[in-house]
Amino acid sequence: MGKPFLKTANSPTWMRRLHRVLNYGDRPWNGLTVGMAVLTILVMLAIGVLLWLDSTQARAKLGWNFLSPTLNASWNPVSGKFQAWPFIYGTMLTSAAALVLAIPVSLGIAIFLAELSPTWLRTPLSWLVELLAAIPSVVYGLWGIFIFLPTVVAPAGTLLEKTLGAIPVLKLFFQGPMPASGSSRLAAALILSMMITPTIAAVSRDVFLAIPRAQREASLALGATQWETIWQVLIPYGLSGILGAIILGLGRALGETMAVTMVIGNSIEGSLSLLRPGYTMSSIIANEFAEAVSQLHTEALVEIGLVLFGMTLLLNMLARFLVWQVTHRNPQERRA
Amino acid sequence: MIESIPVTTTINRRQFHSKAGYQRRKMTNVVMLSITGFLTILALVPLFWIVGYVIHKGGQYINLDFFTHMPRPLGMAGGGVLHAIEGTLILTILAILFAVPPGVLAAFYVAYKPNTPLGIAVRFGTDVLAGVPSIVIGLFGYALIVKNQGHYSALAGGIALAILMLPTIIRTTEEMIKLVPQTLREGSLALGAPEWKTALSVTLPAASNGIITGILLGIARASGETAPLLFTALGNESFEIGKIVQGGLAGHQSIFTILGKILEQPVDSLPLTLWKYAQQPFPERINQAWASALVLMILVLSINILARIWVQVRTNRMQGK
Repeated sequence: MGKPFLKTANSPTWMRRLHRVLNYGDRPWNGLTVGMAVLTILVMLAIGVLLWLDSTQARAKLGWNFLSPTLNASWNPVSGKFQAWPFIYGTMLTSAAALVLAIPVSLGIAIFLAELSPTWLRTPLSWLVELLAAIPSVVYGLWGIFIFLPTVVAPAGTLLEKTLGAIPVLKLFFQGPMPASGSSRLAAALILSMMITPTIAAVSRDVFLAIPRAQREASLALGATQWETIWQVLIPYGLSGILGAIILGLGRALGETMAVTMVIGNSIEGSLSLLRPGYTMSSIIANEFAEAVSQLHTEALVEIGLVLFGMTLLLNMLARFLVWQVTHRNPQERRA
Repeated sequence: MIESIPVTTTINRRQFHSKAGYQRRKMTNVVMLSITGFLTILALVPLFWIVGYVIHKGGQYINLDFFTHMPRPLGMAGGGVLHAIEGTLILTILAILFAVPPGVLAAFYVAYKPNTPLGIAVRFGTDVLAGVPSIVIGLFGYALIVKNQGHYSALAGGIALAILMLPTIIRTTEEMIKLVPQTLREGSLALGAPEWKTALSVTLPAASNGIITGILLGIARASGETAPLLFTALGNESFEIGKIVQGGLAGHQSIFTILGKILEQPVDSLPLTLWKYAQQPFPERINQAWASALVLMILVLSINILARIWVQVRTNRMQGK
């Protein structure tokens, strides 16, 4: 410490050189940081580019027919017939059902954490909710297969089949027979809803916390109750942010693989019903990619991956933009 | 600045002033607020259910052999998952090596130049990368490494996990660098230290606790993942570091050759083993799947809890609370 950092006079040449390098090391340092920053963006781009290149043959041979909606799609690796619609449908149905279940719960949590909970309780509760997101996907799957499916999903599915399955239009989505094991799209949707609740709850909590205090005080001063303040002032104010949170959750649901693969039953059939086994885009890749029988089979699976990547990319960009809009509206008035 | 928000009032004057209306509004208030509390508890039910059941079930089948023995042939009781534990270790170390240096350096750039086009692009890019499905990262690892090398390997798995960790590391490191008081950095620069020296010997040590936390969170995320490993590390029930090292030493090979041998093989990891075992019809294997779930869960949750406590303490201290 006592010695000056620069000590060039009277020192040997190599030391002087070293000092020169050390003192002008800013250029390499800046180069390094910029380089690494660029690298992270390159990784992003490389994912898209490589998946695009690796599905060239499939895109050329299978065309748009591969992705178009159809009721009796065929997926036959041996004869080389591939149509991805059942998987796209499976992903959309399970994710939509998961959202329907997760949105009210997550908003409830967000409101409770941001508006009602005392400060000492807020942090531990937030942690607990976020731990739900930390449990590995395979553990959800294992618990799902052996515990959740037989005790909750199978009875619930049978009940839905008897009640909603008898109503004309809903019949399409709640047609039986519900498998006795419980492996079905319903099981996947329920587990997905548990996995995306922490994401939606945490982001909407931040959105609520970013709403300026004046908004609440004005509403309360006008005589509104706390619930009326939340429902008529805070939710409309933070709506785009909450929407962003929901879309982030949707992005997670679309890409979730392991737990879904373990409980969805993995079968390709024409049924539209939630109560039947199915496949999602990610679970077909997980199940078949390592054992693909032909080049075309591999490429068809990569193309499904590409579509999945595109979908999550768009959703994420949209979500980030919406959340950013609320949290950056008036940063000087942030409450917590 | 006052924002105008759409007025969606649904209370009419009579409702507002009459006693019945007032009481109804008060009731709605109480009911709805209690529902939010109830929903919070409801969301925590699966957490306690899963954690409790895995501890109950995994606890029955866990023993010392589980950690120290290789798997027995199918259908035979006993044996352990040493191969998966070693594999997890190797994959995690590789992921740290590939993700931490670039992540920390990129975070330095983003923390100091957040509003340049590149800074905005990186922050946006990390956000988007964090949302890319892990199975897609697995496909990417396959296309990038496995296809070019011609075989599955630990190396490919490590790189796939590193990509998964990268956003977490950049994000936390950036936040932590921003928390270091500006005066500290300015003091160092004013004493004549160059920017890189300030970064490495002033800012980095001051932020090191937080950065380690970020790395820990990244490890927690990566070590629980299965999907990126399915077509990169693949799995390998006969992977045993001890044997490879012994064989290498017996043949008088250099350390690098031995290391290369370890990295070029397919390896297993705990989540991968769990996934495979859970689908097998043998009860011993399913029991071992529960035990793996317990080990995995303890690993991931304890890292998460420790890291969070660490961040909380650190943030409070830095903000002078």
